[in-house]
Amino acid sequence: MSFDLETAKLSDKLRRVAIEPVSRVEGHGKVTILLDDDDKVHQVRLHIVEFRGFEKFIQGRPYWEVPVMVQRLCGICPVSHHLAASKALDIIVGATQLTPTAEKVRRLMHYGQILQSHALHFFHLSSPDLLFGFESEVGKRNIVGVAAAYPDIAKKGVLLRKFGQEVIRITAGKRVHGTGSIPGGVNKSLSREDRDFLLKDAYQMVSWSREAVHLIKQLHQQNPALYDIFGSFRSNMMSIVAPDGGLDFYHGALRARDADGKIMFDQVDYQGYAQLLSEGVKPWSYMKFPFITALGEENGWYKVGPLARVQNCNHIPTPLADAERNELVAYGKGAPLHATLAYHWARMIEMLFAAETIKDLLHDEDLMGDDLVVSGEHQREGVGVIEAPRGTLIHHYRVGDDDLVTMANLIVSTTHNNQAMNTAVREVAKRYLDGKKLTEGLLNHIEVAIRAFDPCLSCATHALGKMPLEVTLQDADGNLLDRLAKVSHGDD
Amino acid sequence: MFVERIQSVALIHPEWGNMDFQTDFQLQVEHALDLRGHSRVLFVDASATCPAPFSLLPLIPAKDASFTTHSMTPQAVLHTYYELEADLPPPAWLLAIRGERFELGETISSSAEQYLQAALIWVENWLKTGK
Repeated sequence: MSFDLETAKLSDKLRRVAIEPVSRVEGHGKVTILLDDDDKVHQVRLHIVEFRGFEKFIQGRPYWEVPVMVQRLCGICPVSHHLAASKALDIIVGATQLTPTAEKVRRLMHYGQILQSHALHFFHLSSPDLLFGFESEVGKRNIVGVAAAYPDIAKKGVLLRKFGQEVIRITAGKRVHGTGSIPGGVNKSLSREDRDFLLKDAYQMVSWSREAVHLIKQLHQQNPALYDIFGSFRSNMMSIVAPDGGLDFYHGALRARDADGKIMFDQVDYQGYAQLLSEGVKPWSYMKFPFITALGEENGWYKVGPLARVQNCNHIPTPLADAERNELVAYGKGAPLHATLAYHWARMIEMLFAAETIKDLLHDEDLMGDDLVVSGEHQREGVGVIEAPRGTLIHHYRVGDDDLVTMANLIVSTTHNNQAMNTAVREVAKRYLDGKKLTEGLLNHIEVAIRAFDPCLSCATHALGKMPLEVTLQDADGNLLDRLAKVSHGDD
Repeated sequence: MFVERIQSVALIHPEWGNMDFQTDFQLQVEHALDLRGHSRVLFVDASATCPAPFSLLPLIPAKDASFTTHSMTPQAVLHTYYELEADLPPPAWLLAIRGERFELGETISSSAEQYLQAALIWVENWLKTGK
């Protein structure tokens, strides 16, 4: 787990990599590559601007506003921030145990979020690459191309996403800036009509999710030379797991495994995350590099998200997803899978788990209960952790005597995966870029590796066309040789 | 803000007919399904670059390679509708209202408020006359 290709042994001026801090909340991705005269790769870096400004924005606000306010962090997974903040503030209001109705409504909301986010990622963002090939015609490599060539797949993807959004609308109150989750519980439960509305499609979603797992599994098995090797690297893995070691996106305790699958720590209360994890700083990036403190920065970094979660847990508590997980684990022949493209396989297993869980929850009468909120002795500090679609999400707040937030610290999934994404990009650059001219196909190889992690490169903005992923190529003297930038419209 | 105000006005104008209002962070694939059954569609967004007070752009379905991002253009949403439904989407326009402050926590500026008012007047007429 070295930092090979992170920093070239060149003169100071070669380190002049352009980093453009932006104050907006959307992500901005940038990859820089340094080559020598023989086009040998010496340095590759992925830069993503983090949401640090948001933490300052929260300070001074009444704590009860926070679960709604933090949804502005991300246009794709606002529910994750809504719930992580709510969980932290549960501690603040002394709600150590939610009512069954509150917990189940929140779970339903969260699993709806996982379903819609994973569906969007796979069908809209990644399936064009996987179905057409990384170097296929760029104009075809998008959801519209998928719709034209595979209309059935595209339509199911859209409908899965739509269903997840409906779950969110019903549990959170509306599709945007929902208010359903509040400190200590929820402000509404489901009506019987709402429940029946969702239940009529729930079984179909399970079926389609299962088909999606089979599709990605088939792609993986048809081309193991690509899927097993592309962007593959060894690393630790971290996630929360249930008390019995099962997969749970909503609540649990922290567990980490090493690259060989050996458990390093387990059932660690996330209220103490600050003792367990540290955040490294590198001069070339505005995004921090979290690592397990006891292992140090070089050996303690880890990956989060679907591939980490599915292998970190002991089992999945729904039958169809668990059977699929067993197949993925068996594919590794006793060793964890570290192939970057296996993220997609794991993600679809998680989508199936989410669909099964939604279907089961919808049969639970507690969803329609009246006991919504609890409170107890107020505290001044609380941590909420949730497994968001992209990985572990940590919200940490301190509140003053006047009920105003005095400190906020958020570690988002993309930050946890910072080192992992950089390593994946370097592996891809070494294998596919060395000695070659930068082409759109190369650009897309790099993007495919980044995209497998589903980072929030562009979120929560109405400013169309302002979120480029940019690749710059410099020679050994630091001169710009080539540059490709892809804006939100996909223009090169 | 725009939608809230036009929704309240629409309550006293049943003659404008049935309308659906959707507010979202950004456009995504499922919005193509929201177009079903509508005779015309107006996409509305704040813009940092359009001429003040607002601009109106007729939309044509267009292929869009926005696969690296989490947001789609209105044109791509229309094209997704075409691909999914095997039919032409309803006629659609993009109403861009000039904005000035886009940072977190910023309130609307007085001039942007005027642009918003101008846009609301235009929309009321659009709803009333159909053009």
